[in-house]
Amino acid sequence: MNTTERVKQELRRAWTIAKKDIRIYYFKSPVIIFGIIFPFFLFLAFALGRNISPVFLFPGIIGMTLFFTASSVGPIIMPWEARMRTLERLLSSPVSIQFILLGDILAGFIFGIIISLVPFLFAILGFRLAVHNFPLFILSILISSFCFSSLGILLSTPPSDNPSNIMMLSNLVRLPIIFVSGIFIPIERLPHAGKIVANFSPLTYTVDLLRCGFEGVSQYSVIRNVLMLVLFLAIFLLLGMKLHKRNLAKRL
Amino acid sequence: MAFAIEVKDLVKYYGELLAVDHISFQVEEGEIFGFLGPNGAGKTTTQRILTGIIEGNDGDAWVMGHNIRKDAFYAKSLMGIVPEMANPYIDISAWNNLMLMGELYGVPKERRRKQADKLLEMLGLYERKNTKVKTFSKGMKQRLLLCISLISQPQILFLDEPTAGLDVQSARLIRNLITELNKEGVTVFLTTHNIEEANQLCTRIAIIDHGKIATIDSPENLRQAFQSMQSVEISFAAPFDDIGLLRKLAGVNEVKRVGEKLRLYTEEPAKVIYELTNFSRSNNIKFTTLNTLGPSLEDVFVKITEEHKGWNYEHH
Repeated sequence: MNTTERVKQELRRAWTIAKKDIRIYYFKSPVIIFGIIFPFFLFLAFALGRNISPVFLFPGIIGMTLFFTASSVGPIIMPWEARMRTLERLLSSPVSIQFILLGDILAGFIFGIIISLVPFLFAILGFRLAVHNFPLFILSILISSFCFSSLGILLSTPPSDNPSNIMMLSNLVRLPIIFVSGIFIPIERLPHAGKIVANFSPLTYTVDLLRCGFEGVSQYSVIRNVLMLVLFLAIFLLLGMKLHKRNLAKRL
Repeated sequence: MAFAIEVKDLVKYYGELLAVDHISFQVEEGEIFGFLGPNGAGKTTTQRILTGIIEGNDGDAWVMGHNIRKDAFYAKSLMGIVPEMANPYIDISAWNNLMLMGELYGVPKERRRKQADKLLEMLGLYERKNTKVKTFSKGMKQRLLLCISLISQPQILFLDEPTAGLDVQSARLIRNLITELNKEGVTVFLTTHNIEEANQLCTRIAIIDHGKIATIDSPENLRQAFQSMQSVEISFAAPFDDIGLLRKLAGVNEVKRVGEKLRLYTEEPAKVIYELTNFSRSNNIKFTTLNTLGPSLEDVFVKITEEHKGWNYEHH
């Protein structure tokens, strides 16, 4: 068997891991309900009583939903598998840790996209919003979901078998991000320090791309947004895989 | 003879702790190879390296001819593994666990369905195949883990304490299955500290202690090598407490009380029997049973690990 065939087989097995994750960890009512309700309540909290146009708000809501759902379960899969003693069995199967993690990322990627359809359909059907550039909209959803799901894997690298510790860390990182990514306040209206911090949030580029998809206008160029998301994706993915491999023995 | 497992100078550190200390051994194809040692001796670490779960710091290992570091994918494809204290996924059924693992091993759908049916039937889980594993007892979970390890029809089976904490029936079922699989040509690497189990099942045994291999041999040869641990077991008709008198008999190295019996360790059982009959006659003490015993594997194990401990103390 040559390397290409081996990689093909491992990719198929990553898909098997993704199906397992979706079945065991994602398709549970609390996960789904939280994925939909949390961004909805944030939306209510920030939009009610303020004169904000739906075409400005919805890209932010969709981006936020994508961010929270794609990175929601990824952080707890590894600690949970370690705690339930299923990890060693998984690691002993003929799938490398990189492809196991790829499977975990794939599950978050799919879940993020499916749940983000809810606010998207709400925008299209409820508020009669039109998508100005559909291919760009799709591209931004795909690349962002992959990026956020990879962030979830990076967040699960501390070798703990206590999912609640990892969730605390995860929320500590994720919650502040939504306030510095131009979701509720446009980036151009942020103070200077806020603008600098916004550059370090991948969600900034997602929301900007989605606004470009809806309105045709954006703060940054499309190329910059896409490149920044790819850069974040590469960092999350490579760093996550490296740290997971390093911490594996401590986790068992 | 082809080697199913070949280990050369394997080393593993956990921080400062040397868990596996330059060990080398081979397991021949078709063997049931027992890997014994006290807790913390390095058994599980060695098995984890051999099954590609963790990497050693130095040395190398090959499983069915595949280097476990460079060709882990191929080596793992040929293995069936029951790790120590592992669990199946409890939120899905036994059947779905088997399908999941079959898929991860690249077993075609039709074949994994047939194999799953056969294994569940064989290990007495067929009736519960669609039940979520969270309702299973420990014995049932362990039997399911064995089913999972066999779904890909492996050439080599790694079992880490497969019967630990199980009821007699489950343990016996698993031991019988191991024997049957071995008859069909499956090599078995059995990590255990159940000495009697190793004695019953294994062709050869390695004893590991403080990360080093203390000895490798067949259970019978190990016993033969420890002739000084032969014994004569005696029980007297009336209570007898003066062990000191028995220690003075010619040929007796040591006397131990084992329940109601007394065990006299010796290199010359015949001489001790002669001495005991004279002792009985001259002191007018009748005995009810008199048996000669070879050294048990447990005796050998304790002796080796104690000697090894002494060796370690002397050398550190």
